[in-house]
Amino acid sequence: MTADTPGAADPVKAPPTWTGRLRERFFGTFPPDKLLPDDQPEYVASWIYVFGVATLAALVFIIGSGLVLTLKGPQWYHVSSFGHFVNSVHLWSVELFFLFMVVHLWGKFWMAAWRGRRALTWMTGVVCFLASIGTAFTGYVTQTNFDSQWISTQAKDGLNSVGIGAWFNVLNLGQMLLFHVALLPLVLGAIVVWHVLLVRTHGVVPPIDATEADLEPVPPATAAASPVVDREPVTEATS
Amino acid sequence: MTTTERPAEHAHAGRRGSDLASRPWTGAKREYDIVKEFVIAVVLVGALTLVLALVFSSPDDPSLTLKTWATAAPSDFVSTVVSELAGTSTSAGYGQPYNNTPDAAQKLGPLQLQKWAGVRIPVDSAQDFVIGPLKSLPQSDITSAALNAWTGASADQQAKWAGNYSDAIAKVPDGDYTKVASGDYGPVPVLAAAELAAAEGGSLDGVVAAQGKFYQTDYTFSLLFLADGSYLEAQARAQHLGGDQWGMMNETGSYPGQSWLWLYTFWYQVKPFSDPNTTVGANADAYVWALMMLLTLGLVLVPFIPGLRSVPRWIPLHRAIWRVYYRRHQHS
Repeated sequence: MTADTPGAADPVKAPPTWTGRLRERFFGTFPPDKLLPDDQPEYVASWIYVFGVATLAALVFIIGSGLVLTLKGPQWYHVSSFGHFVNSVHLWSVELFFLFMVVHLWGKFWMAAWRGRRALTWMTGVVCFLASIGTAFTGYVTQTNFDSQWISTQAKDGLNSVGIGAWFNVLNLGQMLLFHVALLPLVLGAIVVWHVLLVRTHGVVPPIDATEADLEPVPPATAAASPVVDREPVTEATS
Repeated sequence: MTTTERPAEHAHAGRRGSDLASRPWTGAKREYDIVKEFVIAVVLVGALTLVLALVFSSPDDPSLTLKTWATAAPSDFVSTVVSELAGTSTSAGYGQPYNNTPDAAQKLGPLQLQKWAGVRIPVDSAQDFVIGPLKSLPQSDITSAALNAWTGASADQQAKWAGNYSDAIAKVPDGDYTKVASGDYGPVPVLAAAELAAAEGGSLDGVVAAQGKFYQTDYTFSLLFLADGSYLEAQARAQHLGGDQWGMMNETGSYPGQSWLWLYTFWYQVKPFSDPNTTVGANADAYVWALMMLLTLGLVLVPFIPGLRSVPRWIPLHRAIWRVYYRRHQHS
């Protein structure tokens, strides 16, 4: 990081207080131009980059619909047509969330996106996937309908077989509901934020065959005169 | 959108530095608006979500109750009640975390994780599903006498009565408990009939779930009792939700379920996991769980696993992802 980052110089000059040191550490690690960039490497030009931010967008609707369901309680959607619609939004946003996330994950695999000290970015991404599976599962067993009866009575065997079921009782609606609406969303949210911050800090991994020549700065005159050479989508928020 | 290009004559001119990917990108860049991108993504994904919700809705099959089970399949209900009294039901012989049934817990080679977890959710099937609930409900004189006879008998006598009645039911076509020949069943037929009547009347659901408490959010007893019968599974299999029907990733109706569990449920479809006559098959839940944890650990650690981490270089799909970059450098 980048004490010489334009616009970030003042926050970095901090007094020797706890607050000042925290500010120095934060803005040192996450300078504004990395958190909210207005340019990115030219190789970031493929539809595959769309799926990271699409995953985040789906998460917005999962949280939004989940909050509405939380306001009214776990059985409201059985008796309210609007509640059923909100439940439908919750279901489909989850399905899209996983679809986008899996495509994003495969894309990152084929890019070998862990290169260049980005292993932690990859690992937090995989942990996001795992935490999402757990969060979705607790949602399925708290539907308070036939589906949740069947899933919970079947899933208990897998969890009990390795001893987990003794503490994580999928037949206990109250425990599962609190996991689903409080504990796991907090865990998942924290890992997602961590993952995105790592992406912003390390940037988008360059092509596997990139060379030193690719890193040569482009002369301003060349840049100014450059034509528009492609119209590929440009996205990278969760690359 | 404007795009800047690196001079073509420099393409791939330098060496491929091993640490290149870790250095800040100082080459050609293009304009980017991260906020605009996110807003557009939210709008498009939101529109797609709303359309899917409006067009396809979502499944919500009502939950089964003990009343619906007893009414729709009284013979299955009665035979399940008798198996609870005999100690031969699935939950009665489950092992940890519900009880200490010997050799019931699954093993993972030498690891007995299920057994080591201990009995942390104690379940006494006969008491919790039958005797206790019947005692908490209004009783006829006959039922009261039957309860007294049951509780006053030894465990061996209880098992003998219930076992005899269970065997007798099994001999009748379709398990019709009303056509059982007379025998040494003690109070079991009366208890089973009282439980059936309570279930059909709708009073059993509450007492099995509540277990004498006012507030209740734990349905362990109700679900274990329901799952001990065959009615729940029959309904699930009719909806292609069985374990050997890829049910883990299916959903009621034709809706997509937890399709992300495809690999987990895949193992249950193939040998040796699907063969209960093998050690692995007899402990399939533990072995499948362990295998999935191993594969998951491998996924997390891909960046550090030699060979696996090189697959993207050997199978160059990345050339399609970065096709714009490679198109510009195809001459080199």
